[in-house]
Amino acid sequence: MNLHKATRFALYAILDLAEAPDRQVSGAEIAKRYDISTNHLAKVLRTLGRAGLVEAVRGAGGGYRFVGNARRTTLLDVIELFEDIRPISSGQRQPGDSTPAGQTLVKVLDEIEEIAHATFASITLETMLRLIEDTRRHQAAESAGSMSVPAGSGAV
Amino acid sequence: MAPIISLQPIAHENFTVRLGDDRDIPEIADIDGEASGVYKRHYWDELLLNTTVDEPRIALVAERDSRLLGFIVGVVRAWEFGSEPCGWVFAVSVRSDARETGVASVLLRALSASFRELGVHKVRTMVRRTDHLIMAFFRSQGMMAGPFLELEKDLDE
Repeated sequence: MNLHKATRFALYAILDLAEAPDRQVSGAEIAKRYDISTNHLAKVLRTLGRAGLVEAVRGAGGGYRFVGNARRTTLLDVIELFEDIRPISSGQRQPGDSTPAGQTLVKVLDEIEEIAHATFASITLETMLRLIEDTRRHQAAESAGSMSVPAGSGAV
Repeated sequence: MAPIISLQPIAHENFTVRLGDDRDIPEIADIDGEASGVYKRHYWDELLLNTTVDEPRIALVAERDSRLLGFIVGVVRAWEFGSEPCGWVFAVSVRSDARETGVASVLLRALSASFRELGVHKVRTMVRRTDHLIMAFFRSQGMMAGPFLELEKDLDE
């Protein structure tokens, strides 16, 4: 399972902004944090703005801020602004789809797509922010642990 | 419903969480009936009155002014499908007028603490794939997909 570049950029941007909704963050700041193209991100932010999820703040200290509802907005809501992840069976027909092998393959691929759809539809931005915080804590604990390895305990 | 754990009532701002007992079954059946659209008193009687030592069941209720706001039921199962003992949440429900007030989150935390008291360190549940609301609730509590996948087949094929 992979997401388009624009979708990933949108998720990074919206999670970054939703983490501190009172804060205004420039596109350049977000682009730098995730090592992504500023131009591409600007297009993505415009789409998020049209969807009513972020708002551009003009003037000195301007930037973007999150104006959606993090408890109600799911990953699927954001993803669907940029790409279609409907089950394959409801999409464009492909050569061989009507054969028994094609129909069976579509059934298997649909199963995968349905699970992906349910996963994205059930994870809100608020839940993602909690998971990100957990990841930060684990990373901090791991790096604290690796720093406390006694001298001389390395590989010989 | 013989208690298998010792849970002192936990007071929260707007409600109290305590162990459920036989007198709660009619209200549990009501709350479930309201949420599911199917009133099944007999099922709840069977489920909650017949707990066994091999499969300890825990029912917790959230109460305000002698009225149940919600309930949660869990069971500890060991070595099912090769899994080490773990706690299963198989029912959680909150009255519609008490939702969005943290009742289910508090019940799940209390049930998880009870599971720990029984010596298990993992909690699982099963959710209909299309029920995004209930799945979102469990995910908001930190639950992720586990190592098992449910498979099924129509037997009349």
